[in-house]
Amino acid sequence: MQFGIFSVGDVTADPTTGRTPTEHERIKATIEIAQKAEDIGLDVFATGEHHNPPFIASNPTATLAYIGARTERIVLSTATTLITTTDPVLIAEDYAKIQHLTDGRVDLMMGRGNTGPVYPWFGKDIRQGINLAVENYALLRRLWSEDVVSWEGRFRTPLQGYTSTPRPLDGVPPFVWHGSIRSPEIAEQAAYYGDGFFHNHIFWPAGHTQQMVDLYRRRFEHYGHGAYDEAIVGLGGQFFMRRNSQDAVDEFRPYFDNAPVYGHGPSLEDFTEATPLTVGSPQQVLERTLGFRDYVGHYQRQLFLVDHAGLPLKTVLEQLDLLGEILPDLRAGMAEGRPANVPDAPTHASLVAAAGGAKDSTVYAAADDVTGRSDLEEVQA
Amino acid sequence: MTSLVVVSAGLSNPSSTKLLADRLTAATVEALEDVEVTHVELRDLAHQLTDQLLTGFPAPELAAAETAVAGADGLVVVTPVFSASYSGLFKTFFDVLEAGALDGTPVLVAATAGTARHSLVLEHALRPLFAYLRAVVVPTGVFAATDDFAGPDLDARVTRAAGELAALVGKVSRVDSAVSRRRTVEDELAAVTPFEELLRRASER
Repeated sequence: MQFGIFSVGDVTADPTTGRTPTEHERIKATIEIAQKAEDIGLDVFATGEHHNPPFIASNPTATLAYIGARTERIVLSTATTLITTTDPVLIAEDYAKIQHLTDGRVDLMMGRGNTGPVYPWFGKDIRQGINLAVENYALLRRLWSEDVVSWEGRFRTPLQGYTSTPRPLDGVPPFVWHGSIRSPEIAEQAAYYGDGFFHNHIFWPAGHTQQMVDLYRRRFEHYGHGAYDEAIVGLGGQFFMRRNSQDAVDEFRPYFDNAPVYGHGPSLEDFTEATPLTVGSPQQVLERTLGFRDYVGHYQRQLFLVDHAGLPLKTVLEQLDLLGEILPDLRAGMAEGRPANVPDAPTHASLVAAAGGAKDSTVYAAADDVTGRSDLEEVQA
Repeated sequence: MTSLVVVSAGLSNPSSTKLLADRLTAATVEALEDVEVTHVELRDLAHQLTDQLLTGFPAPELAAAETAVAGADGLVVVTPVFSASYSGLFKTFFDVLEAGALDGTPVLVAATAGTARHSLVLEHALRPLFAYLRAVVVPTGVFAATDDFAGPDLDARVTRAAGELAALVGKVSRVDSAVSRRRTVEDELAAVTPFEELLRRASER
């Protein structure tokens, strides 16, 4: 069972002071939070991807590569990679590169996670969201699994004899999760390929998460990847902790009331009852989190959202300290009653082992054009 | 058992909107056999409606109302006229319903106002709204101004509209008829479209 955090990289005013961090401060804070995540013993750090203010989450690959260089152990992931508007050719190259740079410490979560205005900036249409996710991902898989790809589809220019470089590390592509809140088609996609399915979990009532995960598990079994309880499931989660639960409620309330996603809507009390948001003592967070299994079954990855809604960096780091304190109990609790056939989340090492060992996947080209000759000469030759 | 759901957007108590809804309900029940009536009072759901606009999901009471409306064999909807149209509260309820929830559902539209000069609101506001939602609106809409509650004509219109709704509820079958419903998230969760089909559709031009 993996535990980690996911960040959407929002630049939001602290409602208690009115101060908004600069982009530079927020970008640096993200790095510090990721390093802290490794320090307290978390397994995963995932960054979101957005291409508009108020976010600093564009170019997630630079962020992840930088974090990779400053950490030793933590797995780097995305929450989510925009499979709809990002060229799958770039995704294939970028994440294979990060695989090499971090010795395999990377996986991805695909998502459509865009608002309507974003799509046209990338020449796309939100009404094609599902179709883009389906076609682009099918191409991405081929780019990683086949050395030379010829492809023609609906949404991008055709490829003839294209080789995506670098080839995946050890011949094994990064593991892929598919994230969706409310699109059964994406759960179906994850199941079809035997990939992981991640439910954001934090914005909707548990009953809905349960339905989506149940669909994914049933279809995972249907497509022959394993038993119902062997499917690879990840969940989001959200908490605010203080040693005294009333202190947590008092401190978090202004952030909740003004939060970008659900602010100015339901009360903190209604929302904590309806969704997995837990505001209280470490013990309460521990118990609530261990309760997630009651409706999704034993699962593989738990990511928490901790740095959002204008919470200052100092507070976020304190939240991570408290998470570090309950982490051993979370691990012990999740291990309790876990059937032996329930797998762990795939890692590079486990995927390499499953593939029968590492192999050099380099495509050694017969010749190259780094010879000082110009493009024009090549064409005329 | 036929399910009739009555959506009423009156704000005061007693409200003329609720009074009209009750008369329409009584007349429809009389015209149908074996009917189960569910009342949805939007005033009680006003906070939850705003919350759903912001969070994207309904609180339990509102979820029950939405489920009832989506599953109804027939609907009676009644709104007060605010600023020359249906009220914002009334519209919000139909805004948050999932796409396809009213496909093929017979609907009796009705409105109340202080003066008869608003009577065309049924034609220029409610009828287009429910046409967009692909509901089947009965020919007679019932508009009641303050004066109408004192006169004898309202009853005749109520009876005629209720009779039309009852006839449609009896005749339009959303499952078997030409009126096919759009697939909702619930439909997909129950029987998902196989991935090979999704793959085929994705690249279809």
